[in-house]
Amino acid sequence: MRVKKEPFISALALIAAWEIAAHFFPPYLFPSVTVIAKELLGILSNAGSVGGALSTFARILLGMAGAFLVGGLLGVSMGVSERMKRYIHPLLTFNQGIPALSWVVFSVIWFKSTELRIWFIILMTTLPAFAFQIYDAYHAMSKDLVEMSLSFRPTKWDKFRTLIWPSILPGIITAWKVNLGNVARVVVVAELVGATVGVGYELLQRQQMFDMAGAIAWTLVLVLFVIVSQAVVAFIEAHLLRYRPKTERSL
Amino acid sequence: MKVVHFEGVSKVFPSEDAEQKFAARDLTLHINQGELVAVVGKTGCGKSTMFNLLIGLLEPTSGTVEVLGKNPFSQFNELAGKLSVVFQNDRLMPWRTALENVAYGLELQKVERATRLKIGLDWLKKLGLDAHANKWPHALSGGMRQRVSIARAFATNPEILLCDEPFSALDELTGATLREEFRRLVKETKKTGVFVTHSINEAIEIGDRILVFRAPGQVVEDISVQAALEQTGADELKQRILAAMGA
Repeated sequence: MRVKKEPFISALALIAAWEIAAHFFPPYLFPSVTVIAKELLGILSNAGSVGGALSTFARILLGMAGAFLVGGLLGVSMGVSERMKRYIHPLLTFNQGIPALSWVVFSVIWFKSTELRIWFIILMTTLPAFAFQIYDAYHAMSKDLVEMSLSFRPTKWDKFRTLIWPSILPGIITAWKVNLGNVARVVVVAELVGATVGVGYELLQRQQMFDMAGAIAWTLVLVLFVIVSQAVVAFIEAHLLRYRPKTERSL
Repeated sequence: MKVVHFEGVSKVFPSEDAEQKFAARDLTLHINQGELVAVVGKTGCGKSTMFNLLIGLLEPTSGTVEVLGKNPFSQFNELAGKLSVVFQNDRLMPWRTALENVAYGLELQKVERATRLKIGLDWLKKLGLDAHANKWPHALSGGMRQRVSIARAFATNPEILLCDEPFSALDELTGATLREEFRRLVKETKKTGVFVTHSINEAIEIGDRILVFRAPGQVVEDISVQAALEQTGADELKQRILAAMGA
């Protein structure tokens, strides 16, 4: 795979702009890039900090896995049954209107366990996106292929395995890509509800100490995780959807 | 022996103006084992409705449909492996290679992977596509894709082959070649074939018998092609079909 130079040029431009700003503003507002880099290296070379970051990543993945399973089930149920859709769709739409911060408040009141609170917040905030994207993918399934498959009289499991799953797979991958970025934002808010490790907790500490370099370094850790996760999803996507035609000319 | 039997079949679809819309009305027909029957008629005459009733995708409003002694709608799963369909468009699964598409029906019949791929490859060979076995459908031409769908239909070794205007989207030359190959394969394998088309020439070229349809889904002529050609010749036969179609 050829590495494109454009993302590096964009990153360098951002770093340069930041460094210029650092020359004109006090360090507690715009710390220099070298100070931030030292903070970042400090986090990555400290076992305790790495453990904290990994806790956040694990929470993201567990929350998303839960949202994917429940959302996937709801999405497919809506696709299979128009009646189920009439029940589920309004509830998901209602859920979409609830801010992440409200779920934070509800979870603090409802649950004692910090981990359960965080998991619940991630689940409730990402569930509609998974459900709607998987429902849309199910709905867009080719009627021609459904009829072709039915003409061979498949069992319900074979229908799911050979027709439904491959048809909704692109939608599932898109849902993971979109939700990864969203969950990275939500998890930080969720970790404010009593977590003693994790990126959200560290950001809260840095805010209380007015430590801008530390806050940026911890933010970068989360951003790095999202970039790596997106790359992993893109790799999986390239493999699973390798059957798709590629055009030489873009639209 | 009759393998397909329609007796007084009607199919009504609801329409917006609350009037009943008959897609088939009192349709009676039969097809014998080993026959290759072409069904011809104008667009909207009920050919596709008959086809979907035969496959079991539609339920008749009244009358009875029997395929190999079974009701294809209520006994849907009991006809597994006995019917294969070649559709108007190839309907290949884009996530499967040509070979995997051919082996699809066999996979649903729980045929072991190595065996089904071997059978699939044999069919691709018969249709001159073995060199393209591992290609994705998008990398094949329209004619090649339709060949793959024909191979998929034959691979399950069904008793009845059903074709719904399978060559209508292809160019003249490819269509003619595939028609010839299709007829040869049906006869070689001694299958019963039902071939729906709107082309009179295609119906004459393919069928042992021609059923001429007229809206709403009624058989207005049942012609033995060989006998008609011997008695009157091709031109008169075409005129007879055209008149029956109501053109």
